[in-house]
Amino acid sequence: MSMTLLRRLALTTAFAAVMMVGAATGSARAAGPLTYDLKPTRIAPDTYVFEGSTKHFTRANGGNILNSGFIVTADGVIVIQTGPSRRYGEEMRAAIRKVTEKPIRKVFISNLHPDYWLGSQAFADVPIAALPGTIAGIQEEGSGIADNMYRLVGDWMRGTEVTVPTEPVYGSTVRFGDHRLRLIPLSGHTAADLMILDETTGVLFAGGVVFCDRTPTTPHATVADWLKELDTVDGLDIRLLVPNHGHIRSDKACVAQTRDWLTWLDGTLRHAVDSGLDMAEALELPIPERFEVLDVLREEYRRSVAHLWPKIEQAAMPRVN
Amino acid sequence: MGHALYQAGLAGAMIVAAGVAFAAGSPSDPLNSVMWEALRDQYFAGAPVVFDDAVRVNAPAAAEDTRAVPVSVDATALGHVVEMVAIADLNPFPLVLRYHPGTAAPYIATRIKIQQATAVRGAARTADGVWHVSGVMVDAAGGGCSAPPASYAQKDWADHVGEVQARLWPADTDGVARLRLRIRHPNDTGLVDGIPAYFIETLRVDAQTPGGSPELARIDSLEPVSENPVYSLDVRPPPDATALVLRGRDNQGGEIRATIPMPPPGAQPAMRPAMSLKPADQPWSVGQ
Repeated sequence: MSMTLLRRLALTTAFAAVMMVGAATGSARAAGPLTYDLKPTRIAPDTYVFEGSTKHFTRANGGNILNSGFIVTADGVIVIQTGPSRRYGEEMRAAIRKVTEKPIRKVFISNLHPDYWLGSQAFADVPIAALPGTIAGIQEEGSGIADNMYRLVGDWMRGTEVTVPTEPVYGSTVRFGDHRLRLIPLSGHTAADLMILDETTGVLFAGGVVFCDRTPTTPHATVADWLKELDTVDGLDIRLLVPNHGHIRSDKACVAQTRDWLTWLDGTLRHAVDSGLDMAEALELPIPERFEVLDVLREEYRRSVAHLWPKIEQAAMPRVN
Repeated sequence: MGHALYQAGLAGAMIVAAGVAFAAGSPSDPLNSVMWEALRDQYFAGAPVVFDDAVRVNAPAAAEDTRAVPVSVDATALGHVVEMVAIADLNPFPLVLRYHPGTAAPYIATRIKIQQATAVRGAARTADGVWHVSGVMVDAAGGGCSAPPASYAQKDWADHVGEVQARLWPADTDGVARLRLRIRHPNDTGLVDGIPAYFIETLRVDAQTPGGSPELARIDSLEPVSENPVYSLDVRPPPDATALVLRGRDNQGGEIRATIPMPPPGAQPAMRPAMSLKPADQPWSVGQ
């Protein structure tokens, strides 16, 4: 704990000079050449997405590995996910401003992973809504999650602080102007996953429930529940599926892809545990060719071994004393 | 550069190190760790040391959970091995464990705490006294050694200390049987303020046979081994073994004892990494 605090303090000190310049000129925005260069893509009426990379968090991409979005309604702008850093949130808000003069009405955060909410500082003046489980998760783990992002992407994070969502939401249908949004609470990818279906346009913001051509991440996953989440998506009538990571598609091919990966992953690890393989050896198991379309495949697979193996193993070994 | 201590074993090393990458004088560390020379003098004092890829160390390039990073050390390519060690150079306690394989194959795997990005090494001492050293770099966010054990968050943790889960797979044609152990224990480093060091120090696996209880393998385990440690070993139970017996002790005198039954009839020997799953071997159907 103290190590991470020290690291944060060190970073703060290192950037103090720059920050002071920023403060002196009254600029809310951190100085420096880094920019995400966010350009909205219109994917449906009133609906825009900022498409991110399908890689890992790196110092090159500044953590921009997500598809955040916004819907321009007669009742104001609805923002979905705020990105990995304060800088991202600020750039996102500026880019939205170029599309519409309408005020931001509300922000939705789909889960507790860093790229969904660390940009929320830029929206601190509007209600930020999330499932109660997501709010609790950010309260508990937010500081550690932010520390880790500082370590992974460095300077891009300058000035980013934990901003906890302010408004708990539940399963419901809410109307903003001419758009009816169905809020769908699920659990599996994390303990609290919020999907948002715009019933007016048929666009589903699936959050972390569906990945598309990008290997799914499992740090808070319960695979069996996640598979049920995918069944829920299969049952929805949608026109466009926006995964938080990967490609936007008009079909449900990536629901099947995510299911295929999770089923293979879980089955492979269970089989390996049962066959006597050690966790270190499991890191190198071959991955079937059909998954090569998934970006950052081996890296995410290895992370998943770390997340999933210990529980599977513990459940599979009998007590002997 | 610390050559003096090293000279004694050098001649021996030169003789047996044929075919192994070996610089004149003290071999320089392929992992360029600042701690290497100090650790070499501390743990291999006076003995000849060679860097040898015949010792295979398996660990992830990046630690996802710094409190439990999987590491395996496989020295089976060296043939008979007397002793093995695992070391994490930049840990507050670099020495992870010493393994005395006895009649077991020279292979051990466990999970370790890592305090920061570090070289993780495995070394195996052959009967001629030479240490064969290999290793990999593991990147890490840090803090694994100075984080309090999660056990202490549970009120009844003390009631469960020493509980053993284990599974023994049938011996393969070469007589080697995979054994996996998991022991409930905080395995605390003592680095967190006010929490004394509390970790498993010794573990011994014996065979129970009609004629006695021969020792199969022994581990001197240390602070860096993860909470609720898991070990994989490749033991050679005698053909007339009726069970294996695990005996151990922690640094506060707590005893660990468990009897591990032989595998049930019809069980398959453990999968070896070399013959591990090919995609076509997938034994379940997708979508199940």
